[in-house]
Amino acid sequence: MKELVIISGKGGTGKTSLMGAFATLAKNKILCDADVDAADLHLIVEPTIQSRHDFQSGRTALIDESRCTQCGQCRDLCQFEAIDLDFQVSPVACEGCGVCVHFCPENAIDFPINTCGEWYISDTRLGPMVHARLGIAEENSGKLVSLVRNEAKAIAEKTGADLILTDGPPGVGCPVIASIGNADAVLVVTEPSVSGIHDLKRILALTEHFRVPAMVCVNKYDLNQKLTDDINAYAMNSHAEALGQIPFDTAITRAMVQAQTILEYDPSSETSHAIQDIWQKVSDRVLSQS
Amino acid sequence: MIISIASGKGGTGKTTVAANLAVSLETPVRLLDCDVEEPNLHLFVPPEKGETETIKTLVPEILEDKCTFCGKCETLCQFKAIAIIAGTAAMTFPELCHSCGGCFKVCPEDAIMASYRELGTITRGYHQDIELVYGRLRVGEAMAPPLIKKVKSHAPLDRVNIVDSPPGTSCPVIASISDSDFVILVTEPTPFGLHDLKLAVGAVQMLQIPFGLVINRSDIGNQDVKDYAASIAMPVLMEIPFDRQIAEVTTNGKLMVRELPDYREKFLSIFEQINKIV
Repeated sequence: MKELVIISGKGGTGKTSLMGAFATLAKNKILCDADVDAADLHLIVEPTIQSRHDFQSGRTALIDESRCTQCGQCRDLCQFEAIDLDFQVSPVACEGCGVCVHFCPENAIDFPINTCGEWYISDTRLGPMVHARLGIAEENSGKLVSLVRNEAKAIAEKTGADLILTDGPPGVGCPVIASIGNADAVLVVTEPSVSGIHDLKRILALTEHFRVPAMVCVNKYDLNQKLTDDINAYAMNSHAEALGQIPFDTAITRAMVQAQTILEYDPSSETSHAIQDIWQKVSDRVLSQS
Repeated sequence: MIISIASGKGGTGKTTVAANLAVSLETPVRLLDCDVEEPNLHLFVPPEKGETETIKTLVPEILEDKCTFCGKCETLCQFKAIAIIAGTAAMTFPELCHSCGGCFKVCPEDAIMASYRELGTITRGYHQDIELVYGRLRVGEAMAPPLIKKVKSHAPLDRVNIVDSPPGTSCPVIASISDSDFVILVTEPTPFGLHDLKLAVGAVQMLQIPFGLVINRSDIGNQDVKDYAASIAMPVLMEIPFDRQIAEVTTNGKLMVRELPDYREKFLSIFEQINKIV
């Protein structure tokens, strides 16, 4: 069983639309939405939730006013300026380090565990799916990403699935690192803009750092042909393989409005053919890995 | 004044709005790029002479000749950044450390020495009259919020500060937009755009910051974003249609307000509307 993770560096390049299209094309797979901070795949595949679980991670300090003598030690020790002049802890600023809890001379600080999101196992018309929702302003997104990926893996092993298709988050930080570790390959979806290229270089540096094989495809290539050529040349000179390009097509948005993938909405379009071509190459490379 | 640009969904045009708004204004402006994972503002408003400094964070280094392997630091650390192995060896995992300082304080043997982990860099410079400050997370570094807070520390109120935030609604976004006087949310009128906009609105409401909306590529997708904005009385500050000419300008790192000057009035109008609200 293999796992392909779709990432982008820059946000909004079309990861989730491409993921949906791949989900239409791939056989015997599990879908995994690892963009837990702004998950969108469910808007296309309309999952029926089979089981729902709390995601608990980290702790937040809570000062018990009845025991607090307002000595101020906690405030002096806190590196995150999370305790205000009235000895109220800001749950947003609190890092959950527990230093104030440990050193409070009155034992007046509780340290309850946080419920910071939910995760789900669902059925969709395109196959089983594991997905999640991180609470607004919550931390520990990396841990939730690892959790949904591990659950997807467990289901894949149980059902004998050949492939896990994982929709990753944008950026290069904690949730992205959590989504590519130990993946069999990543596909980077980029766009032909100075921002797209800048961010592509950083995400490829990250995949190289963690030694994950990377492939690249260019979405909306016809918005800037010259930069598309630059991207393909850059990929060729780096460790990543350039697999192809997809035109700018408002049909992708129209499909999204209908909660369909582009392959379901307009399978014979130029865009769908371009995606099929890329999928053929991606699946050949990922599934043939030993 | 601090105005932040945020979005929920990535790629909706935050950086485009931040850069064009900054260049439109006649008052002194400072641009702060808090999307430290993928900073892009400097591509649109390149600083003439940027000065770059490396930003580090405090992590422990255990002096094994002083350490008695008592395990107090390991117990205190909530992030598994210290491991005492079989009472005979101590290991640190600096990349997991949140720099809370607890281990230094709890160690009875004074066996923990200050060491540092590089978070990334901060560059400061001027693009014409605009001051630009941007952070760049070291590739491989997981924690963006400490670097974002450092970028934000360069925002005295002598200028209008415009903060470009990362996408999403988790801790890096909160670190970027907190303390703002106003948040401009940028979205596109699609199901993904609407879904993530609602999350972003939730975050801004939690922080109790006034906010308004810019709808980018406003003629694709459907009416749902506008209906939603009306339903919560969120002012629509500006609409930008999809236009291959705009795409040509922005993909090449140029600014709409310079290449398509009619847009300057529209960006200025965003600022005027914000001034009336704040």
